[in-house]
Amino acid sequence: MSARHYRRAAAGIARRELLRMFKQKGRLAAALVRPLIWLAIFAAGFRTVLGLSIMPPYQTYVLYEVYIVPGLVGMMLLFYAMQSSLSMVYDREMGSMRTLLVAPLPRWFLLGARLLANTLAAIPLVYVFLFAARLWEVRPPWPGYVAIFPALLLAGLMLGAFGLLLSSFVRQLENFAGVMNFAIVPMFFASTALYPLWRLSDASPWLAWVAVFNPFTHAVEMIRFALYLRLEPAALAMTAASALVFFGLAVLAYDPGRGLWSRREPGGFT
Amino acid sequence: MQAVTPLVFALALLAAPAAAETVYVSNEQDNTISAIDGETLSVTATIPVGRRPRGIALSPDKRRLFVAVGDDNRIDVVDLASRKVVDALPSGEDPELFVVHPDGKRLFVANENDSLVSVLEIESKKVIGEIQVGVEPEGMAVSPDGQLVVCTSETTSMAHFVDASTYEVVDNVLVDTRPRAAAFTPDGKQVWVSSELRGTVSVIGVQSRAIDAIVEFAIPGVPRELVQAVGIAHGHDGRAYVALGPANRVAEVDNKSLKILRYYLVGQRVWHIALSADEKRLYAANGGSGDVTVIDLERREPVKSIAVGRSPWGVVTAP
Repeated sequence: MSARHYRRAAAGIARRELLRMFKQKGRLAAALVRPLIWLAIFAAGFRTVLGLSIMPPYQTYVLYEVYIVPGLVGMMLLFYAMQSSLSMVYDREMGSMRTLLVAPLPRWFLLGARLLANTLAAIPLVYVFLFAARLWEVRPPWPGYVAIFPALLLAGLMLGAFGLLLSSFVRQLENFAGVMNFAIVPMFFASTALYPLWRLSDASPWLAWVAVFNPFTHAVEMIRFALYLRLEPAALAMTAASALVFFGLAVLAYDPGRGLWSRREPGGFT
Repeated sequence: MQAVTPLVFALALLAAPAAAETVYVSNEQDNTISAIDGETLSVTATIPVGRRPRGIALSPDKRRLFVAVGDDNRIDVVDLASRKVVDALPSGEDPELFVVHPDGKRLFVANENDSLVSVLEIESKKVIGEIQVGVEPEGMAVSPDGQLVVCTSETTSMAHFVDASTYEVVDNVLVDTRPRAAAFTPDGKQVWVSSELRGTVSVIGVQSRAIDAIVEFAIPGVPRELVQAVGIAHGHDGRAYVALGPANRVAEVDNKSLKILRYYLVGQRVWHIALSADEKRLYAANGGSGDVTVIDLERREPVKSIAVGRSPWGVVTAP
């Protein structure tokens, strides 16, 4: 296998994922409208909730809208990752992934290329949302929009890998709703996306602990700090480690020789 | 991410505006003055003064700071080079706010408990005049030409116009309830008086001695009763700033149209405010949260809140 083969495969996967994104206008619109609704309606009701304590990376009092934006960026990446893994289930059953996974290239490479392509497809949407959020007076420093890029990439990869891992457990499309309820919703709510850690621990200490061990929390915090030109090493390390673990497990799970696929046949598990 | 860090630092340095000024804040419950460096935006000194420091002002040569220490019934004089109290002036009982007259020789001090304004000669350290005003005088302002001093009395709800040479009350204007602070516009044609309980600012014509307009504040999501107007600062660019107490906001007002341009989120119970010399920044003393919020007026956003002592009250900027 030469580098040319790798390149061709990666380019093919990337082209396909980008094409798919731009062809699905409804999905595009939904991906943008969802966080805007949260910002415009949900956050409006909580305007005065914060502003009682200053927490890093903020250097002064912030409105709830300002606080919630990095969490909503995390939500966009999370939903995009989950929808991509949903389409992964579909592709595996009857689409291109079926053909692709038998290509004579290492499985980790094929899955990784798809993961990267999906993440890169989601990032422009995040930027559109961040610029729209300026209308709600969420105005991070301009260099923050540059600094946030690597954070978005890493967070997107981590969540994508998580989705990939989940999709390996799901035999049929129908089962994905369960995954949404039992993985995505708790992951989003039991994190610092909507409330800072000090408020979660006010509400209930165990919830704060869940949030501390929730990889989504670290992805959101990494994004939040990057947006304000700060590097949060703990969040970066936790997100990177989670990404590696999820991706490693996903590659294993997709290996027909060893992973979950071998145990599927004939009936498989659902 | 790691690779971005040096770039981020470089950009952050570019973004940080430099201002070679010092901000002084009186901490009412700590009996101290905090000095904040305008460049690093951190507290560089804490100067012990008398009990219950509230109103503060710079001497005309900007080398000394006058601090009204209400519970000690005097005005402490802080030398800004050595950062020590070097002198004290008699002020009459319970001084709260005062103004330095443009002639640089006299202070006009509101004595809250005695319904008096005392005229204090700095050189001789003597009270050379007393003016009977309404109950609980607090807000003090002097016209740019030095002819008029305005004192507001909290309980009487009046702005008293005092002739600065004869020490006589020449006019009284009824304003909204509990007037806290007064400030002349830079052209000297108007006096703005804030009302704590009504949450308004009365704009009084200096010639007519009548209320030209009343500025009202309504902040989305903030209950009406929390909007309590206190400190006022006038810029020379036609914009004015009003601290809104427990609403935790500072309003930016167009001087001519009296339209509210925007609200800045600051700390709890913002009391007095001060512009930097270049008028690119506004410093707000937040009594409830014990910090000073720095507002970047060019970027139009609060950039930092700096913890100082307990109950920060008055604030001034010095070169």
